[in-house]
Amino acid sequence: MIVAEQKPLEEIEGLIAEARKVLVVGCGTCVTVCFAGGEKESGILASCLRMASKIDGAAKDVTHITIQRQCEWEYIDAIAEQIGEAQVVLSLGCGVGVQALAERYPQAWVVPGLNTAFMGLPTEQGVWEERCAACGSCILGLTGGICPIARCAKQLLNGPCGGSQDGECEIGRGTPCAWQLIYDRLKAQDRLHLLLEIQPAKNWSSSRDGGPRKITREDLRLAAETSE
Amino acid sequence: MGDTHNNGFHSGSRLERLLRAGHFAVTAELGPPQNADGETIRKKAQLLRGNADAVNITDNQTAIVRMSSIGAGTIVVQEGLEPIIQMTCRDRNRLAMQSDLLGAYALGMRNVLCLTGDHQSFGNHPTAKNVHDLDSLQLVQMVAGMRDQRQFQCGDEIKGVEPRFFVGAAANPFGDPFEWRPLRLAKKVKAGASFIQTQLIYNVPRFAEFMEKVRELGVHKQVYILAGIGPLKSPGMAKYMRDEVPGLDLPTEFVDRMTLAAEGIDKEDKKARAAAWRQEGIKIAVELIQQVRQIEGVAGVHVMAIEWEEAVRPIVEGAGLLPRPEPAPLPSESAAPGAT
Amino acid sequence: MSEGALQIVAFCCHYCAYAAADLAGVLRLHYPAEAKIVEIPCTGRLDMLEVLHAFEGGADGVMVAGCLEGDCHFRTGNLNARRRVERTQAVLASIGLEAGRIQMFNMSSAMGKRFAEAAQSMTEEIRALGPSPLRSAVDGRAEILSEQGVAENAQGPAT
Repeated sequence: MIVAEQKPLEEIEGLIAEARKVLVVGCGTCVTVCFAGGEKESGILASCLRMASKIDGAAKDVTHITIQRQCEWEYIDAIAEQIGEAQVVLSLGCGVGVQALAERYPQAWVVPGLNTAFMGLPTEQGVWEERCAACGSCILGLTGGICPIARCAKQLLNGPCGGSQDGECEIGRGTPCAWQLIYDRLKAQDRLHLLLEIQPAKNWSSSRDGGPRKITREDLRLAAETSE
Repeated sequence: MGDTHNNGFHSGSRLERLLRAGHFAVTAELGPPQNADGETIRKKAQLLRGNADAVNITDNQTAIVRMSSIGAGTIVVQEGLEPIIQMTCRDRNRLAMQSDLLGAYALGMRNVLCLTGDHQSFGNHPTAKNVHDLDSLQLVQMVAGMRDQRQFQCGDEIKGVEPRFFVGAAANPFGDPFEWRPLRLAKKVKAGASFIQTQLIYNVPRFAEFMEKVRELGVHKQVYILAGIGPLKSPGMAKYMRDEVPGLDLPTEFVDRMTLAAEGIDKEDKKARAAAWRQEGIKIAVELIQQVRQIEGVAGVHVMAIEWEEAVRPIVEGAGLLPRPEPAPLPSESAAPGAT
Repeated sequence: MSEGALQIVAFCCHYCAYAAADLAGVLRLHYPAEAKIVEIPCTGRLDMLEVLHAFEGGADGVMVAGCLEGDCHFRTGNLNARRRVERTQAVLASIGLEAGRIQMFNMSSAMGKRFAEAAQSMTEEIRALGPSPLRSAVDGRAEILSEQGVAENAQGPAT
């Protein structure tokens, strides 16, 4: 899932400073599950912004609404009225959601309330870790299901480097060495021979390096849209 | 020394010729300055000339910006000393790497050490983008490919003069997983590495264990392994290396020896204490060289006297490795290409 | 603003604190009228949003009273409540309300006297802090924040 966290309150207040009427838009999918921008978080943020602005001497009218997903037009279309009434729209969706709102409502001024961080999972309640870097050409079949692009600080394909110690990456912070994990996994499955092959230089053009990406499925497109 | 490649010299560099002739090689390190002053390079080159066969010039070591390896290498060539340029994967993509290598060769450099590079969070520009387009094995493959297949990484032919480097890589006998390290070394050799320089060695028995595995794989006959040895400057430095540097194995006995070295000297006499420590540091380095020389498969030493190039001569001399031999001239040599 | 007009909402768990409050009443123990009791099944049920709404609605203070730690009827409800109270204190500080306006107390159902003491101490603290800044918009938040020495970049108020 996409994992994000709320921006510091002061930064958010800076982004809505010019507005007297603010709409906070929450999202019911990824950011709900990582407790950053769901219904509850939107409600709390709206309440805080009302109180803070009142104490500051210039009370703002802050309301909130949460839609199932901010990344699909059908859900976004349903809140056109509320968007129209606001001076600033504070989106608590991930970066995709913020942009979708802005694209659907170009006259609205949409600002982000979250910092979208990575694709990952909760390894335990309250802890989320990065797992996928969306490189566009998945090699998990060679590494026992552990991704060296997302989890190795140097994105090595023939790791580990010399800084790996006691299973920890040289950057510290409790980061496990991805190649130690891969080594252990392959050893346990008697597949260490996979590591003897020299992995050639990666084709990064399928990754973000190649430019913004797009996938089209002609078999799924609707007739009206394909006739452009 | 065992056989390596039968089809002639790769680069004709001084280092390559000495190793091929069976000499116990000595390389040293020259740290470029954090500024644009070429004079520093000249001064350091003077300290090292005659005391090492070739000198490594680090590449933004510990992710701190310094004069470039190739830039400094050009000055080193002018000073009559042979450089080993270092190239990390952290700061450059494959285009910049190949471009730099073409320039380095044109400027007379003949040896290159291919490294991954310390993570930029260690250095003074932690907010930089980290490149790692290639890893060190792919870099070795690429440099060897430019030489042997006369091809760029993309497969295009290099028309005209191709860069012919003597390609090296680094090895850390003490990194984890320990049992995998000799196999990773074998992988680097398979990729095209002709020489290896190891991380600093203080734990000789553990290094010997590593070399035993290396010999079992037969790798010591396919590549020249130079053992990394570095003098300690103070007990503080020893403690730091023991506790804070990932991948470095420094047994506590060396911390103790360094501390004892200043025993009996007045705590206020900083100069005398520093001198006593340095003397002990050099003494330890000489002992370590003598010990690793006994290990079969070790083809030379790489002396890393970090920001203390003055220590190289006493260490190399103390280990009985002076004067450095002159390699036999290349058969076609009248005006030698590149380094003397 | 007269002191008698202070409003303190006391969220009390059914199994311990509410029973203790009841007992205080039975024993004719005096506790301040400012404390308005709200019964909830367990303090673990309390959400930050409800607390914030209480402040928005004009509360000067919020008291959260639950079972003794280790004796929660629902095992760990009061432990979760304590963590939420601490988190709420940080959030209050970041928006210009004093962190001390919300506090947690623990007691058993037999501790009628303890309830009265808790209500008393809470009321005294709120009196000292004064009415909530939300009651009048005169006090700028910046002034309050600088008095508290709150850091510039407090984290946004997610639960």
